[in-house]
Amino acid sequence: MIYADNAATTKMSKKAIDEMVEYMEGCYGNPSSLYEFGQEAKVALEDARNRIAACIGADAKEIFFTSGGSEADNQAIFSAAKLGEKHGKKHIISTAFEHHAVLHTLERLKKQGFDVELLDVHKCGVVTPEQVRAAIRPDTCLVTIMFANNEIGTVQPIKEIGEICREKGVLFHTDAVQAVGHLPVNVREQNIDLLSLSAHKFHGPKGIGVLYARKGVVLDNVINGGAQERGKRAGTENLPAIRGMAVALEEAVGNIDSYTAKLIPLRNRLIDGLNKIPYSELNGDAEKRLAGNVNFCFEGIEGESLLLLLDDKGICASSGSACTSGSLDPSHVLLAIGRPHEVAHGSLRLTLGEDTTAEDVDYIVKSVTEVVTYLRNMSPFWRDLVNGKRPHVFAE
Amino acid sequence: MALYSEKVMDHFRNPRNVGVIEDADGVGEVGNPVCGDIMKIYLKINDDVIEDVKFETFGCGSAIASSSMATELIKGKPLSEALQLTNKAVTEALDGLPAHKLHCSVLAEEAIKKAVKDYYDKNGIEYDHDLFPDCEGCEHCCDGH
Repeated sequence: MIYADNAATTKMSKKAIDEMVEYMEGCYGNPSSLYEFGQEAKVALEDARNRIAACIGADAKEIFFTSGGSEADNQAIFSAAKLGEKHGKKHIISTAFEHHAVLHTLERLKKQGFDVELLDVHKCGVVTPEQVRAAIRPDTCLVTIMFANNEIGTVQPIKEIGEICREKGVLFHTDAVQAVGHLPVNVREQNIDLLSLSAHKFHGPKGIGVLYARKGVVLDNVINGGAQERGKRAGTENLPAIRGMAVALEEAVGNIDSYTAKLIPLRNRLIDGLNKIPYSELNGDAEKRLAGNVNFCFEGIEGESLLLLLDDKGICASSGSACTSGSLDPSHVLLAIGRPHEVAHGSLRLTLGEDTTAEDVDYIVKSVTEVVTYLRNMSPFWRDLVNGKRPHVFAE
Repeated sequence: MALYSEKVMDHFRNPRNVGVIEDADGVGEVGNPVCGDIMKIYLKINDDVIEDVKFETFGCGSAIASSSMATELIKGKPLSEALQLTNKAVTEALDGLPAHKLHCSVLAEEAIKKAVKDYYDKNGIEYDHDLFPDCEGCEHCCDGH
């Protein structure tokens, strides 16, 4: 099997698994208990918090453990909105291609009377700092822009956007789920007030994440109950997962340089190979993208059937077609970068990881080429394109 | 638990009757590229019997499997019988489809009816209009997208 869906989730680090087992077996006390056995767990919890904070340039007191990226996004946005509302500020700036954890949260705020402005991300899938500057109003309470896009992998100018937000006194949140452990992230240097991350995207366990909130940014609770996480997130801490996350993050951050140096040539080899398929195009900027991300659209075919046939060839990938999203519309990300519906249905995302080899890449290119050709041969849509009855979207 | 039944995967992996009939007596196309699925059915008709049938499909796994199964169900059958084919029969023959994919079996039924209607229209044969779906404004093909 070739696993090329590392943006969906990653294989767990062996070190992280060992760490988790150790804490499940030996240190199962509740960090809130006052006896020694509980306090040992508390020490381990705070040690993990310190280590995670160090990985992103934060202070331990700014780290709040959550159930993952989605919860962190929800809490960050609701908190900033509540702070804004207190001062009569109800304007929020975001982009059209955020993760649904952000977009659906913003939808809810819209119903509560917030004015949500989604910036255009252009064909290249990158928003500019100038757009953010131009959009900020006196009543803007939050700018929330993802660090790197989960579908097309494009990396946003986070530091520059943060600088503008700082200058204008507007809170800046970034969904960094795809970036942490893959790109250098430093909340101080990059002027970030709120940041979401998720462990399973960097070889940690599922169901655990972090909300970083800069000192002074008051959080509003999403989960109510006990006084854990300094009263900002109730529920007994998932210590094994938190320990596993800390170990996986340190490992991933330590490997960023070697990982990037290995993956970029493989990614480019894959892009070059798929570019040879006629009437296909890479989605998003070719350079400003995550080291392992490749996302293509192929004219005349539908993504789900492509994925099923690649699965038969042992390749795990994903697509932004409507049939794979479970809705009538294809991926909002592909629509946001201007892909027409009919082309967005024929998309394929391949996200490489540490284990990917050049042979894997060549096999993927060969397999995708075969499957696309096969599906086109039975597609009446492709026939119409070939016969000139419908216009091509891409150049040959 | 796989996404699809073994039957669906069999018809998806090894679709029956794929292709084009150049001198078809009736052709029916439904769907829209904007919605991500198009089905095209070609019929060769002799003495009111479907002598041959071919299909082309742009769409997901269940769309391809539904087309394949539908063509198998009408091949060699009299037109009157082919017109009785329902999306339910296609779904049942495939050992079921996930709820959000039932739409694919509806497309197969409609494509066949459209091809038969095309044959009737081309040959000036009288028919009961109620037998055929009114595709205008029908959400299945989402032509109004």
